[in-house]
Amino acid sequence: MPLSQVSTFLTAAFLAAGVAASAQAASVLTVGMTAGDIPVTTGNPDQGFEGFRFVGYNLYDALALWDLSSFDKPSDIKPGLATSWEIDPNNKRRWIFHLRQGVKFHDGCAFTADDVVWNMARVTDSKAPQYFTQQMALSRAYTTNFESIEKIDDYTVAINTKVVESIFPYSMSYILMISRCKAEALKYDWNAYANDPSGTGPYRFSRMVPHERLELLPNKDYWDPKRVPKQDKLVLLPMPEAATRAAALMTGQVNFIEAPSPDTIPRLKAAGMQIITNTYPHNWPFILNFVKGPMTDVRVRRAANYALNRAEFVELLNGLAIESYATMPPTSPWYGHPVRYEYNVEKAKALLKEAGCLPCKLTLAISTSGSGQMQPLPMNELLKSQLEAAGFQIDFKVMDWNSLIEIARSGVPKYPDIDGYNGSRALLDPMSALIKPVWKFHWSPAGANWGHFEDPEAEDLVAKILNEFDAGKRTQLLIKLNELHADRALMIFVVHDVNPRALSPKLKGFVQAQNWFQDLTPIEVMP
Amino acid sequence: MINLFLRRLMYAVPIAFGVSVVCFSLVYLAPGDPLQTILPSDASADTIAMVKAAYGFDKPLPIQFLKWLGRVMVGDFGQSIATRRPVVLEVTGALYNTSVLALFAVPIAFSTGFSMGAIAGCFPGKWIDRVLTGSAVLGVSLPNYWFGIVLVIFFAVEAMVLPATGMGANGSDQFNFLRWSDARYLVLPVITLSMVPIGIIARTTRAAVAEVMNQDFVITLRAKGLSETAVIRHVLKNALPQVLAVMGLQFGYLMGGSILVETVFTWPGSGFLLSKAIINRDVPVLQGTILMLALIFVATNLLVDLMQSWIDPRIRRT
Repeated sequence: MPLSQVSTFLTAAFLAAGVAASAQAASVLTVGMTAGDIPVTTGNPDQGFEGFRFVGYNLYDALALWDLSSFDKPSDIKPGLATSWEIDPNNKRRWIFHLRQGVKFHDGCAFTADDVVWNMARVTDSKAPQYFTQQMALSRAYTTNFESIEKIDDYTVAINTKVVESIFPYSMSYILMISRCKAEALKYDWNAYANDPSGTGPYRFSRMVPHERLELLPNKDYWDPKRVPKQDKLVLLPMPEAATRAAALMTGQVNFIEAPSPDTIPRLKAAGMQIITNTYPHNWPFILNFVKGPMTDVRVRRAANYALNRAEFVELLNGLAIESYATMPPTSPWYGHPVRYEYNVEKAKALLKEAGCLPCKLTLAISTSGSGQMQPLPMNELLKSQLEAAGFQIDFKVMDWNSLIEIARSGVPKYPDIDGYNGSRALLDPMSALIKPVWKFHWSPAGANWGHFEDPEAEDLVAKILNEFDAGKRTQLLIKLNELHADRALMIFVVHDVNPRALSPKLKGFVQAQNWFQDLTPIEVMP
Repeated sequence: MINLFLRRLMYAVPIAFGVSVVCFSLVYLAPGDPLQTILPSDASADTIAMVKAAYGFDKPLPIQFLKWLGRVMVGDFGQSIATRRPVVLEVTGALYNTSVLALFAVPIAFSTGFSMGAIAGCFPGKWIDRVLTGSAVLGVSLPNYWFGIVLVIFFAVEAMVLPATGMGANGSDQFNFLRWSDARYLVLPVITLSMVPIGIIARTTRAAVAEVMNQDFVITLRAKGLSETAVIRHVLKNALPQVLAVMGLQFGYLMGGSILVETVFTWPGSGFLLSKAIINRDVPVLQGTILMLALIFVATNLLVDLMQSWIDPRIRRT
């Protein structure tokens, strides 16, 4: 066969294979996740909020769910498997949840109050046969204030908390309800359950290849008809490498990718891909040491905030960020009018001089990558140059993500010589976003107040928030707390991420909510 | 030969034990938390202590090591913290996927590298030697993950003739390399993975062949009137033991998978598994994978020793 014929044959074979692959993907939503592995399918997922986003909230529901229907409005919790909830007027530690009737698990069993009681025991009661250590660990952050649960009737439960907490329903949005029927049928063999899970969510399990792919099918009987998926199949692929995700999108192997790197955006746009961004409750700050070192002085903390030219960070990220001057992003209902540390090097130098810290030596821990960490190395190079221009002297301790988490969990008692660490934060609920970083009850290592911040006004505000059951009044208190964060320069505020995603032009209907979680059900895959 | 085999096997036992101690200790020397995957980043000390106790990570390290070693001796490598699947299944599945890559990369790398090195060694200083040695240096020097990304850009993104990532359109459990629609997923990772071994084997072979070519017996062979082909055959046979040792190491490298190459191509092999276990500090998977790979290295070296002895009787007598 002449060489030209061989080449024509090979080209035709390649093209035919390519066309076949495209045709096969016609009504399949295939997602390239940033996760390194498939999140666990036995209830609460691992892999952080990405696990919730793609597996947890697709297979399962919680009593409260997040409203992910709007691009413009901040996202808050809404009724899920519970249609409503209220505090017992006679007991501020007793929450009454009214459950949705007519809901069925994917295996056909009905969802009732017994399932809620059984699920809470699964993650809190070590004596219960369904207790599952892994799930206890994955749920623990949301069950610390849970004390007990009682069934009132088939569709009502009461949950008692250890202390009064007006924002407790947020915690219940993170406890996913799995099928008791299926678990009992499988005799609590959780490995078997992982390969045949059953929830009440908008997707049901189809097939999993460990570490490689998870395939889900629409749950046509989903209790919320507006959220019945509009695709034939959802395929989730772990792709931790950003260049791989971008290449997979360009070749049509996937049609939806998470977090394309800023430098690939122009190339993706040129190829006709949709680049979608939106503000969401995330920030990329430095969490500070309030026990030892220069950051114990509020003037030094304010100087660090004045020293930053945040516009340059946004430019570095090709516009994929928002300047940050407070814990919450400006679109948050808890934002208010915090003090703005506009770029002012002279003011920063004056503050350092006043504090007697010039040059002001800081030891800061940073990671090379990590969940929500954006582009930590170039961003921190810029941060170092800006801080040093104002009179700081920065010594970075560079480490991998896991090592940074170890520092974050241990807190200042174990790492007193670290003046701060660069840890991105999820600001979904008031407790994680605003209360834990200032509350003495959460001093590390018992909780998430890493640097042992203490302030009587903050303590007072937290107490009022936890005892305020009127949502409007509570919002005003949360605004005050966000303003206090900024006033005390609780962190070095740098930027908020805008959560970029790249979608094939064939996808229609995706609404990127202002949330870490997203609803994939309205997405249509055009031929 | 049997005595030699038994002697070498006995050497392998303490090596394997040493490897097990080192691989167990190393993962604890690195900072980080083995329970990172299942604990939130702001988990409290109380929660961490509770989960550590549940997983047995609260015991002293020597106790943990002895328990682990006891289980390993009976083939139980424990369970992955992240997936709860038995480590044996995790590691063997990943090794199988890597061996599919190696099945193609080994013959390509070994035959190409050996041929390049042999030709270069037979013509030292000539233009062909310089071209081949230069190519070998290039193969060793190019970062293979970068080379992999470049191949993806050219052949997957621009030309769209090969897939960019993954092991088949439907996952490794349905992968059949005899089917072109699946085999095309092998092309780019195999080429990328072969580059370094080709370079290393070519350079080693070139040096060994050039050295043997300078020995007196080659002059004697030529003086006896042997054809150049026959002389080269003798030269290659004499150079082979040295090349075999390097091939053995490269076989181990290919079986271990390349963390970077498998990550770039999302190939679910041992390198990718190892990288995930490192990132997540999934200690049981990390220990199991390192131990299995180390044992493959030990077994490969044993095999190479035996092959060298078979080819060169002088080694048998030492």
